[in-house]
Formats: sequence, C-alpha cells, structure tokens
Amino acid sequence: MKHIKVLGSGCKNCETTANLLRIAAQEAGVEVEIEKVTDIADIMSYGVMSTPGIVIDEQLVHAGGLPAPDMVRQWVTG
Amino acid sequence: MFDSFATLLIYQLAGLDPDSRIGAALYFFVMDITKIFVLLIVIIYLMGLIRLLFSPERVRHFIRNRPDWQARGMAVSLGAVTPFCSCSSVPLFIGFVEAGIPLGVTFSFLIASPMINEVAVVILASILGWKLAVLYVIAGLSVAWIGGLVMQKLKPERWVEEYVWQIRMGEGNLPQQDSSFRSRHLYAVSEVKEIVGRIWLWVVLGIGVGALFHGFVPEEWVSTYLAAGNWYDVPAAVVMGIPLYSNATGVIPVAEAMLGKGVAIGTTIALMMSIAALSLPEMLILRKVIKWQALAQFAGVLATSFILVGWLFNLLA
Repeated sequence: MKHIKVLGSGCKNCETTANLLRIAAQEAGVEVEIEKVTDIADIMSYGVMSTPGIVIDEQLVHAGGLPAPDMVRQWVTG
Repeated sequence: MFDSFATLLIYQLAGLDPDSRIGAALYFFVMDITKIFVLLIVIIYLMGLIRLLFSPERVRHFIRNRPDWQARGMAVSLGAVTPFCSCSSVPLFIGFVEAGIPLGVTFSFLIASPMINEVAVVILASILGWKLAVLYVIAGLSVAWIGGLVMQKLKPERWVEEYVWQIRMGEGNLPQQDSSFRSRHLYAVSEVKEIVGRIWLWVVLGIGVGALFHGFVPEEWVSTYLAAGNWYDVPAAVVMGIPLYSNATGVIPVAEAMLGKGVAIGTTIALMMSIAALSLPEMLILRKVIKWQALAQFAGVLATSFILVGWLFNLLA
C-alpha cells in the first residue's frame, strides 16, 4: 500500500489536493493511505516552502500549487 | 475598447445619463471590471508559463551565501516578481532563516512581495498611466530595500520565536519538473483559476468602492477633507490603510477614483501601499514566527516609510 503525505498547514488547496489524490486512487482501484502533515517543522524537513507538497513513500514528488490531474494519476498508479 | 463597451452598455443600452451620479458610477464599474479581469487573466497566465523559475525554493537557493547588498537586491527584485500568497509567509520566513539569509534581507523580500507584482504593475499602467506605475515601482523597491536595512539595525533576531531556529530544512530534491509546453500551459491555467479565485472578491470590492467614490463623492467634499494640502493628509491615509486589507490589484480602482477627484498623488500612493503591504491578517500570520515586539518594529518601519514616500511625492508633484 502506498503511503501518501500531503504537506500544508490547512490551506484550501491542501484539502483539494488530498481529495484529488483520494479520488484518483479510488478510480485506479489502488489502495492508499493519505496523511495530512500540518506541522511546519515536518513540512520543511522535506525541503518544501511552497505548499501543498506531496510525498509518496517518503519521496517528494510535488511542491507548490495544485497538481495536474494526469500527474496525480501517474503518482497513484506508478 | 473597454471604454466603448462601457459606453455602449451603460449610456446607450441602459440609457443612463453620463452626468448622473449613478451613470458615472456604473460606467466606472463596468469599464474597470472588464479591463481588470481581462488583464488579470492574461498576465497571470503568461506568468504561470514561466513561474517555475521563481519558486520560493529557488529564490532561497539564489539568495543564500551572497554578500549582503547582492542578497538584498535579489530579495527585493525576486519579491517583486513572485506574487506569493501570504499563507506561505511562514514557511518562507523559516526557510530563509534556516538558509542563513540575514533577517533584514528576508524583511526586504516580505515587504516587496505583496506591494509590487507584475500583475498590479501592468494594471496600474493601463489604468493610471506608465508614469505613475514606474513611480510606484521605484518607491516600492526603495521602501523594501531601506525598510529591510532599518529592520536589520533594530536587531529583530532577539524576537524570533525559539522554535524557528531549531527547524532543519531537508534538501528538497524535487524530481525534474516536466517542462513541456503542455504541462506549463496546464500549470498556468490552474494558476489563473487559483489566483483569480483567491482575489476576485477583493478586486470587485475595490472596483465597487472606486465606482461609488467616483459617482457619489462630490469634489468639494474631497478637496475639503482629503486634499486640503495639510501635512497630516498622508499620515492619515497610511493609518486608514492599516485596518483595510486588500491585495495590490484591488487597491488600484480606489486609487483611480481618488486621483480623479483631485486627491494628491503622494497621499494616494501612501494609501495604496498601506492597504497592500501593511495589514492585520499579514501581521497575524507573521506572529507565528516573530514576537510582537518585532511586529511592532516592522509595522512602524513600514508606516514611516509610506509617510515619507507620500510626502516626497506630494512635494515633487
């Protein structure tokens, strides 16, 4: 199972990003665990300053702004 | 183009009298709303295409380990081209501190960023003319440069929250970004949606206030209360701007209406800067990383510089 972290201190875009990931995973039939990381020290430990950031299995894949839908599909299934 | 659209809609189709208050206000509203939103969408889209070059992570990387004047110059100019959302002030502040960038340089960045951005500058130029836009940018860059220097002299390090010094930032080894045109186009479109979605209300409010001011406030009232040429006009404008909050674009129609009624240019610019760069929400966000003493210094330095800029412009005009 993939472990996905959404980095962001509770802004609207972070919610939207988490939802995008959840929906993409459901559509692809992939089981994922989505965790929201809101602590600023934890967020920055990934080297991210612009949120939301996305970390998949401890690998940073995205930082800043909403991710593109086809990228989301790729991360969830890839 | 926008004038003829507004003329057609308000004076010809709706049949309102150009000399009536409501006609003048509605004309102003329609013209500004079409013009500003078209420009907003076009410029944000174009900037979105090249935005990846200016992410905060990159700015941090550019600025670190540079001599002070170079770092400050870059902080001020990069601050001006990156319209970051005030919700990212906190990670930005911590990231800069962690990179060993002097606090004064960080403050220069924090001042320049909300006050000047390419969207506001283009809209300012198209509504109020290039001359005023250039003056605004020069004044804003100087305030950011000098304001940061003065902050540095006040040693705000004493008042940075303890936990900020403890944070260690990981090296963000972000995978190579997809730089095909298609992906940049998608990014730009999402930026337009995101930014316009965030600021449209401020812009509409600003245009509404501008339109009401333009249509309904008599010139005699303005010349008695706002443009009597008293020395305290400028400080009063700055103080008035602190509780008011909008973004740099939303303020422009208000400035347009004020200038149109004969408010002095320095007073108007001081109010614009105060509304865009000095605001309670921004202060509350920064309170997470610095104590109120440093916030008071920051607000004091900004208010003083806006007053000086306002006086200078009124004197030169």
